[in-house]
Amino acid sequence: MDHHKLGAPIIVIKGVEKRFGETVVLREIDMVVHRGETVCIIGPSGSGKSTLLRCINALAPINKGSILVDGVEVNDPKLDKLAVRRKVGIVFQQYNLFPHKTALQNVMMAPVTVLKQDPREVEARARALLKRVRLEDKAGSYPGELSGGQQQRVAIARSLAMNPLVILFDEVTAALDPETKKEVLVTIRELAADGMTCILVTHEMAFAREIADTVYFTDGGVIVESGPPSQIFQAPQNPRTRAFLDLVL
Amino acid sequence: MTIVEAFKHLNDAYGINLSIVYDPFDRERFVHGFLMTLLLSIVSMALSIVIGLVGAWLLGGRSRLLKGATTGFVEAFRNTPPLIQLLFFFFAVSPFLPGAVNSAGQVTPLIGGVGWAIISLSLYAGALNVEIFRSGLEAVPSATREAAESLGYTRLQAFRHVVFPLAFRISLSALNNNMVNLIKTTTLAYAIGVPELLYASAAIWSESLNVREMMLVMLATYLLLIAGYTGIMNRVERALRMPGTDV
Ligand SMILES: Nc1ncnc2c1ncn2[C@@H]1O[C@H](COP(=O)(O)OP(=O)(O)OP(=O)(O)O)[C@@H](O)[C@H]1O
Ligand SMILES: [Mg+2]
Repeated sequence: MDHHKLGAPIIVIKGVEKRFGETVVLREIDMVVHRGETVCIIGPSGSGKSTLLRCINALAPINKGSILVDGVEVNDPKLDKLAVRRKVGIVFQQYNLFPHKTALQNVMMAPVTVLKQDPREVEARARALLKRVRLEDKAGSYPGELSGGQQQRVAIARSLAMNPLVILFDEVTAALDPETKKEVLVTIRELAADGMTCILVTHEMAFAREIADTVYFTDGGVIVESGPPSQIFQAPQNPRTRAFLDLVL
Repeated sequence: MTIVEAFKHLNDAYGINLSIVYDPFDRERFVHGFLMTLLLSIVSMALSIVIGLVGAWLLGGRSRLLKGATTGFVEAFRNTPPLIQLLFFFFAVSPFLPGAVNSAGQVTPLIGGVGWAIISLSLYAGALNVEIFRSGLEAVPSATREAAESLGYTRLQAFRHVVFPLAFRISLSALNNNMVNLIKTTTLAYAIGVPELLYASAAIWSESLNVREMMLVMLATYLLLIAGYTGIMNRVERALRMPGTDV
């Protein structure tokens, strides 16, 4: 895609290492994400994709290196982690909606509780967001009454309600059947087109190829190769990338 | 014929002696007994829920000492007979406490029978509630808590708005079983002379010689009391239901 629309760097990752005990799960990770950019991370299971997203959102501390989100060091022990999380939304594979609240309440809760915004103003915004993900008629439904694809779109709306600078998507369509998968991909495509900065971990190669500005291929905790989708998918430079794509395409 | 006369006639003609209907003295004793049972039940329920919540919170906390103490408390109260616990408090603990001096200058126990019954019942049911709430908290998926934290909730906000409401719903049916059990266990207070329903009924039947009738009245009263509790809790459960789930 055209790189001209990209703005200033918004996430800058340098030399990040992440260990669980003795096991090194991420090493020497470098990545720069610009405002408005759509980044896709692909790679085999266990290569550390989810862990990287969790580190960006301060859900998991890193052992080495630095992650700057909008100029703020995520790994700074003095930093208020909550401040980072308010800037970075994350959508999970299993949706993780709050089952005791309706779709509308799920979207409204965080702005009201965390940002202390006026519930009436938040409700108007939440309804607009549900409309944006085509679920305005499901505002009063509970998560248990929604299909997987609908729940995932509520989760996206819930994330958007916090007005994040970036949204991280962790295999958000992996648990869905092909039909509902499409609904969710349409929503993400629209978001990306509207200029939202997105980092997607995905196994949907066709989708990654279509919407990514930059694709990262990870294997064994390192970034093996990165570049525009045309390079990664048509002319991969590294034999490991080639082997992986041969397997999944 | 008034109701009172009708019940007197029932006794005279058929030997069915429901003295609590026609005899003002028996009626008052019975009503007081019922109110005492209600008081023991409601206060002990409230305290046992507080104990359960605090205990479950401590079990999830960082302090080894507090965790160990909580586990010891739970095991001690869960695995010994509640009647012996009550007698222990009333006969073994109470005499060691300083007394209070009343207006007539006499020394009376600081905590009386009713107080000890409430303390003992609350601790007994509370120990069971600790386990109930702990397993409820454990049943909340960590991913749900993480979703809240990823939205910027503090740990306390996540607990208050997400984890606890879910854990409470998961715990509710076990909690209700325990509370019904607690209502029935209030009869143990009879053993230390608290004038609750069983005590009052025993006093009535030993004077009015109507054991059989009073037994039936008592059983019916407990049935109604527990039906009332269950009715209220069914409404609560309906109000807290999460459509589309089993909870
Ligand atoms: N909490 C944890 N404790 C220990 N090891 C962990 C933990 N979380 C992840 N790992 C390990 O880190 C490695 C990377 O895991 P991660 O979930 O990031 O992989 P992934 O690329 O997202 O895989 P998938 O495509 O299957 O989701 C794995 O080997 C995993 O076993
Ligand atoms: Mg993963």
